[in-house]
Amino acid sequence: MRAEPDGPEDRLRRFATIWSRAVFPVTSTSLTRPEFEERLLPLARRLSEALRARTYDAGEGRAVGAALVGAHCTEPEALSQTLDCVDAYLVLYCGGDGAQEDSRARAARLQSAMAAGYAEALRQRTLAEQEAIARAALEAQGAVARALHATEARFRAVFEGAAIGIGIADLDGNIIQVNGALLRMFGVTEQAMRARVVTEWTHPDDAPQVWRLYEELVRGEREHYHTEKAFHRPDGTVLWTNLTVSLLRDADGNPQYQLALMEDTTERRLLNLRLRYEATHDALTGLPNRTLFFERLEKALSAGDGQRFGLCYLDLDGFKAINDSLGHAAGDRLLVEVADRLQSCATAPGEMVARLGGDEFVALTTGTDTEREVDELADRIMNALVTPVRIDGRELLVRGSIGIVEGPAGERGPAEVLRSADITMYRAKSAGGNRYEMADAEADARAITRHGLTTALPAALDRGEFFIEYQPLVHLGDGTVRGAEALVRWLHPQHGVLGPDRFIPLAERTGLIVPLGRWVLEQSVRQAREWQERHGGTGATGPLRVNVNLSPCQLTHPGLVQDTVDILERAGLEPDALCLEVTESALIGADDDLLKPLRRLSEMGVDIALDDFGTGYSNLANLRRLPVRILKLDRSFTQSMQQFPADPVDLKIVEGIVSLAHSLDLAVTVEGVETGAQAEQLRILGCDTAQGWYYARPGPPERLHELALVDATG
Amino acid sequence: MERPAWAPRSIDISMPSVARMYDYYLGGSHNFEVDREAARRAMEFVPGLPKIMQANRAFMRRAVRYAANAGITQFLDVGSGIPTFGNVHEVAQEASPGAHVVYVDHDPVAVAHSQAVLEGKDGADVVAADLRKPRDILESPRVERLIDLNRPVALLLVAILHFVEDTDDPYGAVAELSDALAPGSMLVVSHACVEGIPLPQERAEGAVDVYKDIRNPLTMRSRDEVARFFEGYDMVEPGVVPMATWRPDTAPEDEDPYAFAQFAGVGTKA
Repeated sequence: MRAEPDGPEDRLRRFATIWSRAVFPVTSTSLTRPEFEERLLPLARRLSEALRARTYDAGEGRAVGAALVGAHCTEPEALSQTLDCVDAYLVLYCGGDGAQEDSRARAARLQSAMAAGYAEALRQRTLAEQEAIARAALEAQGAVARALHATEARFRAVFEGAAIGIGIADLDGNIIQVNGALLRMFGVTEQAMRARVVTEWTHPDDAPQVWRLYEELVRGEREHYHTEKAFHRPDGTVLWTNLTVSLLRDADGNPQYQLALMEDTTERRLLNLRLRYEATHDALTGLPNRTLFFERLEKALSAGDGQRFGLCYLDLDGFKAINDSLGHAAGDRLLVEVADRLQSCATAPGEMVARLGGDEFVALTTGTDTEREVDELADRIMNALVTPVRIDGRELLVRGSIGIVEGPAGERGPAEVLRSADITMYRAKSAGGNRYEMADAEADARAITRHGLTTALPAALDRGEFFIEYQPLVHLGDGTVRGAEALVRWLHPQHGVLGPDRFIPLAERTGLIVPLGRWVLEQSVRQAREWQERHGGTGATGPLRVNVNLSPCQLTHPGLVQDTVDILERAGLEPDALCLEVTESALIGADDDLLKPLRRLSEMGVDIALDDFGTGYSNLANLRRLPVRILKLDRSFTQSMQQFPADPVDLKIVEGIVSLAHSLDLAVTVEGVETGAQAEQLRILGCDTAQGWYYARPGPPERLHELALVDATG
Repeated sequence: MERPAWAPRSIDISMPSVARMYDYYLGGSHNFEVDREAARRAMEFVPGLPKIMQANRAFMRRAVRYAANAGITQFLDVGSGIPTFGNVHEVAQEASPGAHVVYVDHDPVAVAHSQAVLEGKDGADVVAADLRKPRDILESPRVERLIDLNRPVALLLVAILHFVEDTDDPYGAVAELSDALAPGSMLVVSHACVEGIPLPQERAEGAVDVYKDIRNPLTMRSRDEVARFFEGYDMVEPGVVPMATWRPDTAPEDEDPYAFAQFAGVGTKA
């Protein structure tokens, strides 16, 4: 619409401009003032038209008032400015041609209507906005509440559905809430549970610190603790749990509740007990086994002052024979019967019987008076075995050997005690069995050394710890050296030089005697060959010979003959320069099979000497049968000749033996010659050769060479 | 129902809310007495607060129009509060029909109100999230539904950054949001500035204390500090300036002195 200068339209615009300038500063619109003026222009037009309308319409004034609120003129000052503006300028710019009074009256009425319309609209808007914001606040709170409820519901589901028992109590122990799992574990109703107080839940098996931890927690000094705990169930059974108790604090950090989480471990515990029983008991006899016995022994040995222990180590005599002849089933039944009898022997507190394995049992007694008790215990055991055991209609006589160890606690460890008992038991067995022996430190020490040597033997041979000394054999007739006996020694790293009596029996028991014996033979033969080379060998006295001992074990070894032949050939030594010494006892009762290798060797030219003659059965009639060339008289015959005059009876005996030997075409060698008188006596009695300290102690091979050299030059 | 990440433990409407105070400054009635009481206390120190807010709305209106005229059709208004009038979606959709707008606020009441206002409106939605956790904003399903981050977005941070304390790393938050935006996107910022308030500093600090009391501390920053938010952006003329002088429609001389109290600027992402 084009506004002619000072035309009605231009005047209307000027009114709107004035109006907008008056109101704009008190509005909060984001429109610019010109934009705002554009917004007022239609309102100004409506006022202008209402002013000039034939009939007055209050609705127009109200609508304009309301529209002001719609244009965000919510400050009451905006109404005031508007009304002032209308009052001053509306009639001036928009009044018609009619009477001024009428126009002014109409304008006044329009102002009233505008005020009413503005107030009504502002009230509506205020109420609407208040309601909107209240609804928004409610909605927001509702959303939070729903979220919290969902969270709570979820936690409740976790709480109720949990497989572990959960309980919440206040700090006085009053139970506030428990879940289904907890009720099922205890086997009670929720009411019954909530009537309880945590501190009533004591149990005799409670760990000593449990209730101290509890007190610390409820006092707020501890955040949580974990324990294994037992509870009484109403039905009298016991509930075992893995229990974790945590302290719950409020938002300010003050202790508020205690939370208990418990896992039912009753079954697992039973299983563990069962497994533990099986791990600690012998399946056959039901007796405690080695594991449990060691635990108990350890406990007994670590008991306090004044406490002692007594131990009986029982091994049945000849059990292997029963097993072998009647079968394992019978053997097992015998063991069960023995176990039952032993069990009845050790019924007092502090006593126990265990099966260590096989036919080995132990009985343990503890306390302060075990010196007496252990003897009684051993007696009871021996008595319990007296009655024969009936198996498959047979009466089996059961005998046992017992080793007893008794002593104060705190001195020895279980392994040491048991070893001592074992050694002692073997002593009882070697003494014939069916008896008991008391442990004795010296016997133990011997056995222990023996054991140590036995285990060290194989390595000693590999490491070259053995060496050989030679003791000259002297011809009694002319006093010349004819040869030497090879004597093996062990240079032990700890024990020093050991004689054959210390280790040959051990080597025999372990079978090491075969390689050791072969080594000795090799060394000796090689040595004999060396002597021959250095000594020139074949004088009037013949070559220097070497005597080597053969143990019974070697005698039965199938490779004996072949080994000997090989060794002689390798060294290049004539068989007649070698003499093998065999003890008389090794040949007692020897049959042809055993003698065959000796015969073969003898036929080859190797001399066989019967060593230690006179100590055993000395079956003279047997001598004829043996492929023996030499008798070596035991030193016990020569000992009496050290005095002067010698015992005439001994002289007669030696004379008889020599005469018998010579009649069988056997030479006689005597051992242990220590004095010149002795040597002279033996020469008179007709002995052929001698060895002993009188001539020389065993020594290195060079010594023999020197001695032989003296003979040759002297 | 999942507990929404934004949901606080409880909503305490006995505490004043910055969004409702803003509404009160603008003559609205979306507020409670606690809000009005706090707003009146702040106005005792800075009587021109309503004018500042009004000028802020006017700046935002100009900036949104500028962005829409520059071809931007997606608007992300973080810290939207309680929109009474001249809302971004109204301004934007007037200039660019079909434009998409997502409002973001962390005040659950403001969000609930916006939801009611926007009910049934296409192309506009509201997200409950916090500027201090930009990832929550960017990964919100509603943002993903309405905003295509491969195309330019106008990111509006109008009168909100001064409510992020330095310890909450406002620069990091802006950078994280900016990183997600496509080249050609615009950053729109207005910020309370120490230089701008036409009052002695003690008076301004009195108002700052009020906001501290209501646990919404207000951090005034210098013009240079405000300019730093635009790192990586080319400034739209005239740069970071007092609000009333940013591309005004009318002569700035006519404006109320308070209309210069905040500094504002718009930048375009290179």
